[in-house]
Amino acid sequence: MNEIEPESDEAAELAPMTLPLDGWHRARGARMVEFAGYMMPVQYEGIIAEHLWTREHAGLFDVSHMGQLYLSGETVEPSLEAVLPIDLSTLQRYAPRYSLLLDEDGGVLDDLMVTRWDSGFYLVVNGATKWDDIAHLREHLPDEVTLNHLEDSALLALQGPEAFAALDRLAMGETSLGELTFMKGGTFKIDGVEAWISRSGYTGEDGFEISIPADDAARIAELLCAQNEVKPIGLGARDSLRLEAGLPLYGHDLSPETTPIEADLAFAINKRRRAEGGFPGAERILAELASGPPRLRVGLALEGRMAAREHAVVMAGDEAIGMVTSGGFSPSLQHPIAMAYVDAAQAVPGTELAIEMRGKMLPARVVSLPFVPHRYHRKGDRP
Amino acid sequence: MSRYFTKDHEWIEISGQVGTVGITDYAQSQLGDITFVELPELGSSITKGASVSVVDSVKAASDVYTPVSGEVVEVNEALGDAPETVNSDAGGSGWLFKLTLSDPGELDGLMDEAAYSAYVAEL
Repeated sequence: MNEIEPESDEAAELAPMTLPLDGWHRARGARMVEFAGYMMPVQYEGIIAEHLWTREHAGLFDVSHMGQLYLSGETVEPSLEAVLPIDLSTLQRYAPRYSLLLDEDGGVLDDLMVTRWDSGFYLVVNGATKWDDIAHLREHLPDEVTLNHLEDSALLALQGPEAFAALDRLAMGETSLGELTFMKGGTFKIDGVEAWISRSGYTGEDGFEISIPADDAARIAELLCAQNEVKPIGLGARDSLRLEAGLPLYGHDLSPETTPIEADLAFAINKRRRAEGGFPGAERILAELASGPPRLRVGLALEGRMAAREHAVVMAGDEAIGMVTSGGFSPSLQHPIAMAYVDAAQAVPGTELAIEMRGKMLPARVVSLPFVPHRYHRKGDRP
Repeated sequence: MSRYFTKDHEWIEISGQVGTVGITDYAQSQLGDITFVELPELGSSITKGASVSVVDSVKAASDVYTPVSGEVVEVNEALGDAPETVNSDAGGSGWLFKLTLSDPGELDGLMDEAAYSAYVAEL
């Protein structure tokens, strides 16, 4: 018996590093695997149980492998707009926004979150790409801009419909946690520890991302998991949850080979930037915005139980028209789902396609993303 | 009856001319939640070491290699609706297929339970 595909193709050349919660995960019975150059928990009691727990209650994810960066300096604003297709003039303080690091051809180097703090910008980038991102930013930002890699900070995500109830008991701030709606953040204290908390995440559920000093991470994780609603959740369920939520995973659904428009992430090209251009890859991206991209990222729903996996070929009749970039069994829907890039003509929801998998043709229907509806806590929702 | 094990974490239990094949408890624990099992074709002739079945878990798909050569005479149809049986009872009701052995001498290269346990302990 042997695994057919590797769990991760981000295998580091060096020995894996450990994160602040390494011992805490092991003490809680996690199975640890190497991911993005770190030893990380892939599961505790089992991916399906952890997945369903997060959809019903609240799951605590350790995402300390992600890069937390702080950019400051007098020219930081125009400098950042030169590397990202973001409009910072409309970015309110403490309101995270999704953006993309692009290369000159419009390919995606990373996806990230940008938040305006009081005198600079806080960025959260992917773990597997953070060293390349830092090098790219240092190369493309002027010397007046200071880039601090916040390596002494851990990052936790508390996700699920009961995340608010659990965190509201613990997080003290000038305003109450309930003031935060989806994609809003603020500074709080948890058991005396300074925490940057935003109402955001990667599961499609209501939830929070919590940046705290690494030295306090185990104590805070323990405190959060002492709440009845909360269990620790591994990377395995993080992947199945984000797939159901239709959220792309960098290195799989996004890469330098994909443009934001193909990836159906046009919303990340902010309005003013569409009019003015001046960001990396603008020529190609604006042309694709105007006349449509040649292919699109879509959701595919499969029947039966056999999952389509990354790199499987998508067929329309006898013709290969695309490729799967993420796929697996959906614990919530109880059937396999996948994300794929397909020819734009075949990207309309309802289109019947097939995925070639181990010599079999699996019927697959194009569906709108997300597969499982988002349940974010938006402005105007009841607390 | 006697049971043999492979380094790839399959087991085979011999009863007369027929061998029953499954994956070990260690294997299922490494795979995690199993969501689908692709079984070999009934009546097919399979060769020792060939990939004849695939076990799909939430995170990945894994090949299952037949420990010996022979002809597939039965597959565990119950796994179609309940693939999780491989998790809950890998060494019993979670068996995958049965075959008639074409060369019982192939069993000589496999491990017994004690040797397999020692092998897993080293992993």
